[in-house]
Amino acid sequence: MTEPTLRELSEPGRRGVAPPPLDVPAAELPPEHLLRDELPLPELSELDVVRHFVRLSQLNHAIDIGFYPLGSCTMKYNPKVNEDAAALPGLAAVHPYQPEESVQGCLQLIYELQCYLAEITGLGAASLQPAAGAHGELAGVLIMRAYHQAQAQGDRDVMLIPDSAHGTNPASTAMAGYRVVELPSDPRGNVDLDALDQHCNDKLAGIMLTNPNTLGLFDEHVCEVTGRVHAAGGLVYGDGANLNAIMGVVKPAALGFDVMHLNLHKTFSTPHGGGGPGAGPVVVTEALAPYLPGPIAAMEADMAGATYRLVMPESTIGRVKAFYGHFGVLVRAWAYIRTLGAAGLRQVSEMAVLNANYLQAIIKELYPLPYDRPCMHEFVVEGVVPGSDVRALDIAKRLMDYGVHPPTYYFPLIVREALMIEPTETESQRTLDAFAQAMVRIRQEALDDPALLHDAPHHAPLRRLDEVAAARNPVLTWNDGE
Amino acid sequence: MTYVPHTAHEREAMLARVGVPDVGSLFSVVPENVRYPQLDLPDPLTEAELMAELRTMAEANADLHHAPCFVGAGAYHRFVPSVVGHMIGRSEFLTAYTPYQPEISQGTLQAIFEYQSMICELTGMEVSNASHYDGATSTAEAVIMAHSATRGRRTKVVLAPGVHPEYRQVVRTYLQGAQFEIVGDERYPDGGPQAQLDALLDLVDDRTACLVLQSPAFTGEILDLTGVAERVQAHGALLVLVCDPISLGMLRTPGAWGADIAVGDGGSLGSPLSYGGPSLGFFACRQADVRRMAGRLVGRAVDADGQRGYVLTLSTREQHIRREKASSNICSNQGLNALAAAVYLAALGQHGLRALSHLVYHRAHHAAAQIDALQGYALASQGPFFQEFVVQCPAPAAAINQRLWDDHGIIGGYDLGRLTPAWERRLLFCVTEMNPVSQIDALVAALQEVAS
Repeated sequence: MTEPTLRELSEPGRRGVAPPPLDVPAAELPPEHLLRDELPLPELSELDVVRHFVRLSQLNHAIDIGFYPLGSCTMKYNPKVNEDAAALPGLAAVHPYQPEESVQGCLQLIYELQCYLAEITGLGAASLQPAAGAHGELAGVLIMRAYHQAQAQGDRDVMLIPDSAHGTNPASTAMAGYRVVELPSDPRGNVDLDALDQHCNDKLAGIMLTNPNTLGLFDEHVCEVTGRVHAAGGLVYGDGANLNAIMGVVKPAALGFDVMHLNLHKTFSTPHGGGGPGAGPVVVTEALAPYLPGPIAAMEADMAGATYRLVMPESTIGRVKAFYGHFGVLVRAWAYIRTLGAAGLRQVSEMAVLNANYLQAIIKELYPLPYDRPCMHEFVVEGVVPGSDVRALDIAKRLMDYGVHPPTYYFPLIVREALMIEPTETESQRTLDAFAQAMVRIRQEALDDPALLHDAPHHAPLRRLDEVAAARNPVLTWNDGE
Repeated sequence: MTYVPHTAHEREAMLARVGVPDVGSLFSVVPENVRYPQLDLPDPLTEAELMAELRTMAEANADLHHAPCFVGAGAYHRFVPSVVGHMIGRSEFLTAYTPYQPEISQGTLQAIFEYQSMICELTGMEVSNASHYDGATSTAEAVIMAHSATRGRRTKVVLAPGVHPEYRQVVRTYLQGAQFEIVGDERYPDGGPQAQLDALLDLVDDRTACLVLQSPAFTGEILDLTGVAERVQAHGALLVLVCDPISLGMLRTPGAWGADIAVGDGGSLGSPLSYGGPSLGFFACRQADVRRMAGRLVGRAVDADGQRGYVLTLSTREQHIRREKASSNICSNQGLNALAAAVYLAALGQHGLRALSHLVYHRAHHAAAQIDALQGYALASQGPFFQEFVVQCPAPAAAINQRLWDDHGIIGGYDLGRLTPAWERRLLFCVTEMNPVSQIDALVAALQEVAS
């Protein structure tokens, strides 16, 4: 089914929402050549707009509709109360340049969330300014660079990145002006220690580790890796995308991590919104705290109580965005942590890991599991069926017909036909069993009627789209190709 | 409170299926000496307790429903029609991920396509991406794209002092890992942003990647850019124009001025202020440069039955494909804010946005004239302005603001003394559709009292 575009729905002369009428004398307008001529935006009634976007919404899959085991993305339930929290007028209708005494509530919330994230990671200090995970990565790598320069170690410019890493890791490293050196994984999915040793020299700036990694595996010698990097004068960056597996189980600082970003829109339940806004706070050891992006919130307590203010860290890398971060997202994360407390957060990680291991135990009897050991919050299987020509893509698309969002596929790059499955802790055994049942049936379909999979989905709003043609002749606005 | 659904019975059954005696066994790979640390966090709250505590914090803030606000400076108190919140609050939009699976993400994809289309209509540019984090980061990404569009050889950037100070700081943060020379904004010369244009253009040479201008400038002035793009492009450099989306309801577009890249903050298009974020950064450029653009793009496609649909496209520019060779590291962007902008622009339409831009223009001029007439105050903006204007005050701006807040409960202007000591007595005021004439009158009366 196809929904017309706003422009197709537009009717000349139709009016929608009207701003207040002019209540002051009209001033002289700027000279004509500073003004625009036509303003070709659509003309619609408010009801036209509502029906259009409601109909569009109905073409989406979403967590609130069904299972969403998208590996690496932690598509857990987004608590509704957190939406109410972020919408409170005293938190939503606040200007970033208001006098500090008129935003003490905002600053308190920022300060407390900095403390909570530092406690959860075991690291010393946090900046909540980065807007997303990749943004936090850029900030983190710039912090490492600034630290090395301050230590007169500015020649260190090699960043080691395992071959299982998210693509943002090398991209962020390159933006920060460092060289990327890829590290292979060993046969058990760990960092290859021999390969690591070859780069432990005075050019080493650091390593970016995701632990558990994108195979869903906790590195069996993570302390050995971080120890060797430290011994060579490097720093250890932790990609917090997979923190959902280890909250309250282990503090990353205790494993030797120096700097991390966290994805509040993954681990801390803020909604993904169809691709953001997220938030990617960066958390660091005391030694790196002077380099944090800012401003950050500070507290001064006296007899009269606590006062909060914004401060710029002493040797800051600078601002990474305007103002203080995605405050509206921070409110939701604060609410989530306060709702669950320490025991609740640990339970989150334990049940996320139990759910993944439960599914892994069932699925590995159907599809090849390249790294067969207990997983953390996710696992990766090969989307192949011996005796059939179906691929991971076909299995993924067929899952849509069973009302399930497909797992991440073809990532990590080191597993052929990868299907990366992350159930999250908020799914019940009943949901997991239904998914497993779908995977059983799809396996049988692959043998009996592979065309059914090649042509899937059959019951989604659209059939497979021709992405190659779309890229060859891009139509990026409703004015193109007309 | 918990969002974990497992019953004790289910947990036991699942452990049995996995073949371990307890949940702790799943974590045996974690070094034992650091396993299960104490987490020092406050005790959990019930939903009612949580909201009570948050209300207490919210009430420790002055919210703009109660406090008249005359500060803008890159974040604007705007009216958000109810329809925006109702649409973006729908679960199907709110709780979806990035639309990597087009067959079941057409809602998000078409909405972004419509957002891209309307940003192009608004800016007069040919293509728009699906958003950056905010105006500051889209400006930084524009500079990086200009560098790449000049084959990566040009490392000089001319940055106008009229660009938002925080945007300029973010450009410097983004570029600190590379050898860039950033010039042009070392001082705030008198005479205003229009008078500075010639000096900035003289800095543009054959090593320059781009000139970055903002209009309306940070201090509110509308720039006359006649001939500017030609002079920049004659050197093979790009013109990056930072602009305000509401002003484009009446002002000549970046496209019509010949800009190569148009960027800005789109928070005014339907996002609440939320203490400065999340908003969104829009980014638009020429079709010819689209393969150098950062960020996600949605394009039209057809499905196997020939039905029209939409997909994420040209993704070979992006980090998940190109890794360290990508045009940017951006992954998550501002999907929901872009949706809000699409709903907002559709709901206002061309008539609504035109009327809105004229309303704020006339109100700002009314307020400026009233303040200019006060003893001790003088309008210091030079040339036409849109919704913000500079006022020379009879006392330090910080002191005026403090008295406005303490004695009148009014949030005053942006203290331009933060930029340069020469402007210690200058305030940058902003007037929007949220400041009816009664609030303007109250501000004028308060300023008069503060001065006496």
